[in-house]
Amino acid sequence: MALSTSSNFAKPDDAFRAIVEAHRGLTEAQSADLDAALVLVLANHIGDLDVLHEAIALAKRRTLDTSQQQQQQQQQQ
Amino acid sequence: MASANSAQAKTQFGYRRHPDQERSGANIAEHPVVVVGAGPVGLSLAIDLAQRGQRVVLLDDADRIGEGSRAICFSKRSLEFWDRLGVGDRMVEKGVVWSVGKIFHGASQLYQFNLLPEEGHKRPAFINLQQFYAEAYLVDRVEQLPEIDLRWRNKVIALESRNDGVALTIATPEGAYQVHASFVVACDGARSSLRQMVGADFAGQVFEDQFLIADVKMTAAFPTERWFWFDPPFHAGRSALLHKQPDDIWRIDLQLNPDADPVAEKQPENVRPRIERMLGHDKFEFEWISLYKFQCRRMAKFIHGRVIFAGDSAHQVSPFGARGANSGLEDAENLAWKLDRVLRRLSPEGLLESYHIERSAAADENIRESTRSTDFMAPVTKQEARLRQAVLSLAKDTEFGKRMVNGGRLSVPSVYDTPLSSGDRDDWRGGPRPGASMLDAPVTEPGGGSSYLTEVFIRQGTRFTLLEFGNGAAADVPDGVGSIQVGGEGGLVDAHGLAGKRYDAAPGTAYLLRPDGYVAARFRNATRPALDAALARASGVN
Repeated sequence: MALSTSSNFAKPDDAFRAIVEAHRGLTEAQSADLDAALVLVLANHIGDLDVLHEAIALAKRRTLDTSQQQQQQQQQQ
Repeated sequence: MASANSAQAKTQFGYRRHPDQERSGANIAEHPVVVVGAGPVGLSLAIDLAQRGQRVVLLDDADRIGEGSRAICFSKRSLEFWDRLGVGDRMVEKGVVWSVGKIFHGASQLYQFNLLPEEGHKRPAFINLQQFYAEAYLVDRVEQLPEIDLRWRNKVIALESRNDGVALTIATPEGAYQVHASFVVACDGARSSLRQMVGADFAGQVFEDQFLIADVKMTAAFPTERWFWFDPPFHAGRSALLHKQPDDIWRIDLQLNPDADPVAEKQPENVRPRIERMLGHDKFEFEWISLYKFQCRRMAKFIHGRVIFAGDSAHQVSPFGARGANSGLEDAENLAWKLDRVLRRLSPEGLLESYHIERSAAADENIRESTRSTDFMAPVTKQEARLRQAVLSLAKDTEFGKRMVNGGRLSVPSVYDTPLSSGDRDDWRGGPRPGASMLDAPVTEPGGGSSYLTEVFIRQGTRFTLLEFGNGAAADVPDGVGSIQVGGEGGLVDAHGLAGKRYDAAPGTAYLLRPDGYVAARFRNATRPALDAALARASGVN
């Protein structure tokens, strides 16, 4: 595992807050543009394709889990 | 201005009856090699085989060289191959030499790149030359070689595979005849009929976006560079390319909407306003207009029994990256020496399998690169478009953004992961590794004349050659192996130190080059047993 998933920020709330605030006042389209640019900037900063692949896999697993849960909920309803 | 010589390049040829056509049944003519398709790939392959002493029958279903410039960018690697075939000078004299590309976004330049930033190479990174000139010069060379029997208006209509070769049925204006060939090489293009005859599939990705190519004639002061625009002011939301060719011809490539009407878009009266907006004037004439969609695909196997596929018949890519014709020429060069050895029974037929291994991997690489370029130019989803927009906007301020902008990654020789290579056993900090193409460098002859390593390699006969960096007397090389010595007694002088630097050389360093100029093995000190083993491996003998 090349990707670090331990907590790396001394104050994680500050980091989360910084990202949330960057999106304040933006339309959904503007937010999506910001995210796209931010992902590219951070990916380049990491500069390690293995880490990037693992990060993508981790993030994607969240997305799939969420959509599966939604599907199950819909089926239960 | 076009020189009189080139303007008169011969493009129309005649059908001639051949004595093979009098023969039939058990009496049909036997040929070692029949090459089908006299395009750049088939012509180059035939010349290479002929220069190695093979008799070649070269068939083409037309009797003229195709119209339109089609392929225009020929790479350094292709020029070095054509040097070996004796046509390099003519191509470069006529061609437009370039190495700088510029990428624009909107009205402003994002960045520029130089594909050959260093000195000391005989050939430039690229020349632009209309494909019909390249073909005409190759045909001229063919006509100097009595080993090649070029038959126009000879169309293969049936193919029957046999254990020891292939029987071909060939249609001509005077009816059909048959020949038998030990090997057939199909260089008959993207719509290869031989590929259909062997029943091979040709699966891959189809791109929906349409592109318009216009070659226009005009006198313009644009520099000889490759200019690529994303979202230019004259063609909002799409991409555009401008590139110079000989004879004051400019290649313009415009991306159209996927739903654009191909018939309407091709009409000169519809093309003209777009180009006027691009150039800012109307002082140009159309030479050629073509509209295309493209596919990225390759055959699963390049060899079907005794039928071997090369060039577009075996693989197709999008045009952004000059990977079509150039990769076909690399196919030809890769195949020629192997086929020659197999026909002479110097190597087992299994050597040909390395052609498939090496060139199908190269095709995969070309498909990957050109697919990425195409996806960047024509994003498929909204999110892809968003990511591309982010890259383009970041490119204004950041180096990493500039390098992510993909307006075509231009063809470079593949590095082969191949059973013909002997792996490195010594320590290397640089230099071309086994499976990589030889590097050029300037050298001085013992007599004082200046030359290049690629030229010296040709003078050695374009065969297995040991390139050795002097350590006293020359190494003992096996029979039939050429020898190039840099430094040492009576060797070439590495006056600029570039040969030594490019090959990470120390006294005693030796590279075993294959007949196609690829590195088979390298040694800090070449012993005869190690050399024999590497040679056997590279010949497919063990």
